[in-house]
Amino acid sequence: MEKINTTVIDYQHYLTAPEIAAIEHEASIMETREAAGIEALKVVQAHRGWISDESLFAISDLLSVPIAQLEGVATFYNLIYRQPVGQYVIHLCDSIACHLTGADSVFVAIKQYLNIDYGQTTTDGKFTLLSNACLGGCDKAPVMMIGIEHYQHLSPESAVDILQQLAAKGEVNG
Amino acid sequence: MAEHSSNHPLKPLTQWVNLQQPLSFDDYCQAGGYQGSKVALQYSPNEVLEIVKNSGLKGRGGAGFPTGMKWSFVPMFTDGDEEVLDNKYLVANADEMEPGTFKDRFLLEGVPHQLVEAIIIAAYTIGANKAYIFLRGEYYLAAKRLQDAIDQAYQNNWLGEKIQGSSYSMDLYIHCSAGRYICGEETALINALEGKRAIPRAKPPFPQVSGLFGKPTIVNNVETLCNLPHILKNGIAWFQAISPNSDAGSKIYSACGRVKNPGLWELPMGPTLGEVLYDYAGGMQDGLKFRGLLPGGASTDFLVAEHLDTKMDFDSIAKVGSRLGTGGLIVLDDKNCPVAMVLNLMRFFAQESCGWCTPCRDGTPWAVEVLTRIEHGQGKIKDLETLAKLCDFMWIGKTHCALAPGAVEPLRSALKYFHDDFLQHIEHGCCHYNPSMTAKRTKVSQAQLTQSEAEQVISANSTQASYSPQSPKAGQ
Repeated sequence: MEKINTTVIDYQHYLTAPEIAAIEHEASIMETREAAGIEALKVVQAHRGWISDESLFAISDLLSVPIAQLEGVATFYNLIYRQPVGQYVIHLCDSIACHLTGADSVFVAIKQYLNIDYGQTTTDGKFTLLSNACLGGCDKAPVMMIGIEHYQHLSPESAVDILQQLAAKGEVNG
Repeated sequence: MAEHSSNHPLKPLTQWVNLQQPLSFDDYCQAGGYQGSKVALQYSPNEVLEIVKNSGLKGRGGAGFPTGMKWSFVPMFTDGDEEVLDNKYLVANADEMEPGTFKDRFLLEGVPHQLVEAIIIAAYTIGANKAYIFLRGEYYLAAKRLQDAIDQAYQNNWLGEKIQGSSYSMDLYIHCSAGRYICGEETALINALEGKRAIPRAKPPFPQVSGLFGKPTIVNNVETLCNLPHILKNGIAWFQAISPNSDAGSKIYSACGRVKNPGLWELPMGPTLGEVLYDYAGGMQDGLKFRGLLPGGASTDFLVAEHLDTKMDFDSIAKVGSRLGTGGLIVLDDKNCPVAMVLNLMRFFAQESCGWCTPCRDGTPWAVEVLTRIEHGQGKIKDLETLAKLCDFMWIGKTHCALAPGAVEPLRSALKYFHDDFLQHIEHGCCHYNPSMTAKRTKVSQAQLTQSEAEQVISANSTQASYSPQSPKAGQ
């Protein structure tokens, strides 16, 4: 019988000690190891920016969760990236309150300024633009989220200002 | 914006809210916090259950199910056996993702200790020794403030072993999700907590009997839980006296869209829609007129001007064909296109559908496709029939969970109340709310345009070879 080649990633050689410690902590407060799956994905993403196939295999090895199940979880969520993303991921809310208060014009301004559409990353790797379901800032719409910051009461001008500031900050920090 | 705290006795939920700097443990206690949980621990769990049942508290997450009754489905231990470790779970549903809803965020960020206290009461009542706060991933600030509150509660023996010298022990953890609307459905939430793809489960068995890790589990909305400390502290009579209407207690109402003063307000259950819209949200912004609103988040039916006298309690809103939902008004003005609004909502539901059952997985994108066509001026009269059929295909009883019926509600009511707008889009081949679009066809509903508007339409189109005043009507 022909052998099927499969990729096996040994977590100990792939994940760092802080990553393993953070994942193990999460596993310790849940009843099963698989329950730590989503948190494990977030831990690795926080360190590496996104979830590569190798990361997925390593987490699968560490938690003894089937790769397919973990992939099913990883692709289910809006905040887990299975592709490389830019330094700043812009989550522009496109739900109803933002729609009614002018999110479209904010989108157009960002799109023109960065020269990218939803799902794309700027050529310098600085920004990725994604739409996001309701961010819970409906009384301060339109809103967007970059990293852990929520920006509210956006106008096309203020949104571009925020991106300009972030771009400048990125240069200073290298 | 009700960001200031007030000591008004009829605003129990929000009286201690401080968004800048939430109350620390000591300040919260001094203000009167952890007194409800103290009272609860003096009663037996069954006694607390009776109090909550008799208070008339109903779930504030959207469905409005009586909280005490929900709890009563959990297998209870006999009084006196409280120290027996029982594998049950209490989960606070803080996965607030309903578009147009931001009330839980206010409570999570503004007064995190209140939720911790509430969870202690609820978990004690059902006999759970472990509780989780299922928090949506985007609420980073809430996560930090809740964790601080939990740490302080542990330090002061309100969590952990033998709480306040009683025989009851409980651990509380935060689970931060990663952004998916369906996780707000309680059985999907349980799957998510177990590390599985968050697809709703078939019911029965109900989570109260077999939920998280196969154990009895209660999932309650944040706002629902936050009522508990006050009910225990002040009593049933006090709670019921807050509201003169059929539903007990207070509720956080909110409004968004192009109103003068978007925000949220804690009010006795049952203000009218008009009161919330005009007295609290300040009415429409200058130059705009009111067209309609969704009374309780994205998955409720539109209501229009004739309904503004309706009271915002569960029964009254249901009587006029909608749902109280989360109590968050999403207000449509006359310069925003109703078709585009429904399209936006349907896009959300199509994106957030978990993909498990066919009516929802295929029905919501199908509705998006049809609505997109209509909004872009390429709709046909037959499309209205298709949309009506989709409303039927995705209705209650034909889908795995409540997501698709929720998506149907704004659509079917828009077809009813904004029928003329749909018709105009189709007949004129354009969206009149979109200044960059001009009518391709003018035949049927020309009477609805003024003479000058019609002339503008004709002159704007005169350069297009395809234009003809006699061009056939759409759908024929």
